[in-house]
Amino acid sequence: MIRVCAVEEIPEGEAVRVESGPDGVPVAVFNVGGNYYAIDDTCSHQDASLAEGYVEEDDCAVECPLHATCFDLRTGQPSGPPARVPVRTHTVVIENGDVHVALSQATAQVA
Amino acid sequence: MTTEQTASTMQVVAVVGTGLAGLSSARALRELGFTGRIVLIGDEKHDPYDRPPLSKAFLAGEWDPAKIALGLPTDAGLDLDWRLGEQAVGLSPEGSGWVVDLEHGEGVRADGVVIATGARARKLPGQVLAGVHTLRTLDDALALKAELVPGARLVIVGGGFIGAEIASTAVMLGIDTTVVEMAPALLAGPLGDAAGAAMARIHEAHGVKVLTGVGVSGLTGESGRVAGVSLADGRSLMADVVVVGIGSVPNTEWLAGSGLTGPDGDLAGGVLTEEDGRTALPGVVATGDCTATHHPFAGRVTRQEHWTHAAQHPTQAVAVLIGAPAPVVAPAMRVPYVWSEQYGQHFQFAGHHQPGDEAEVVDGDLEDLTDPAFTVVYRREGEPVGVFGVGRPKVFGRWRRELAKRLS
Repeated sequence: MIRVCAVEEIPEGEAVRVESGPDGVPVAVFNVGGNYYAIDDTCSHQDASLAEGYVEEDDCAVECPLHATCFDLRTGQPSGPPARVPVRTHTVVIENGDVHVALSQATAQVA
Repeated sequence: MTTEQTASTMQVVAVVGTGLAGLSSARALRELGFTGRIVLIGDEKHDPYDRPPLSKAFLAGEWDPAKIALGLPTDAGLDLDWRLGEQAVGLSPEGSGWVVDLEHGEGVRADGVVIATGARARKLPGQVLAGVHTLRTLDDALALKAELVPGARLVIVGGGFIGAEIASTAVMLGIDTTVVEMAPALLAGPLGDAAGAAMARIHEAHGVKVLTGVGVSGLTGESGRVAGVSLADGRSLMADVVVVGIGSVPNTEWLAGSGLTGPDGDLAGGVLTEEDGRTALPGVVATGDCTATHHPFAGRVTRQEHWTHAAQHPTQAVAVLIGAPAPVVAPAMRVPYVWSEQYGQHFQFAGHHQPGDEAEVVDGDLEDLTDPAFTVVYRREGEPVGVFGVGRPKVFGRWRRELAKRLS
């Protein structure tokens, strides 16, 4: 489990990017209405940082900043083209006012 | 014959065009449950590939042909009948369906037809000179890439998206790069003068020479190879390589006599369709760059010749064709959208801009050239109708949703 930042460092509707998890893949942690979600940061379609995308709070999703596919932050599933492959989700643990992420090693599954 | 009747008996669908819109159509047919035969007809010999990188990472030599392939491992399960390297030359009725005539080989009989033949680069009239390029296809990109050697003098005719992208790629390769644009600013058509001027400043800051407000009167050559570009004001530019980026022409000639029409009565402006891709012919839909559609956002007939449209619209069109319910499209996704990448920065435009709209900088600074990040909102009668953003996708995403309220 890695420490990401203090809880207050991720404002609502925003994300913090963890440059490199233990497996070398960047992860993004989002705050949606006080709930925290972590997914792989790189859009599964083309190099773009999802942490830079617009957070759709009602759908608990983030829009890829480049091509506008939305990824469900709970499941990692894309809403539709161009991305077709989901991104991995990771477990977020809040402890002593800090945000931690337990990285999943699993491969994302196509629904 | 109604579309619904056709759908119930539809066993063969011909998709004409193997670019993004064609491949997306084939995928969508399967996703929507079509189990019949799908014949994909394309005049290029290459498997479907993605065009946006052709003017960027591919042209820069950072990507190879494998990386621009559009095919996915899951496509193998689609069971598609490919006719690559075959040009469609006609569409005629036969029985309750259609025949797509091919230039070589036997015509393809189909119950339903998806027209996705795209568009080709518009060329300058006159003699053909070596060293003069357009950029639309993989072969175009390979030919241009071979000539972009350090020290070469490149003149780009036309300062639209394609011209601006090539300029940004070329100047980073150490090419002496000049863009000539007839309008008062780069990208002035889609973006308006103020944002267009900001774009020109960004290019100039990276070393591109930008000449606006002047047309090109012709090209000069020596021994069959281009040597220069003559401008309408009498100036001339020396050039080793010229790229002509002056728009595109829809590939619709093959549909002459089919009964389909375009927005001005002929097909030169694209195949006229409803918003969902329905054409004037039963069992025939059209999608992508070759279409002209009355778009509810723009309030008029437009050609949306952009990647996002070619990726998203086919699902709507094939749903109409096979009589399946079309997936709901989020309002924000119905706003026309185009993106570009230059100097490693994302440029995004949504909505519609026309002369007379008021442009307001709502975020950032148009003058900041070192790390450009700004958002411009276009208003008509006080209402937002368009948004252009550089380097600020979150702000852009919020405004795009604001624009979508016009549709709900």
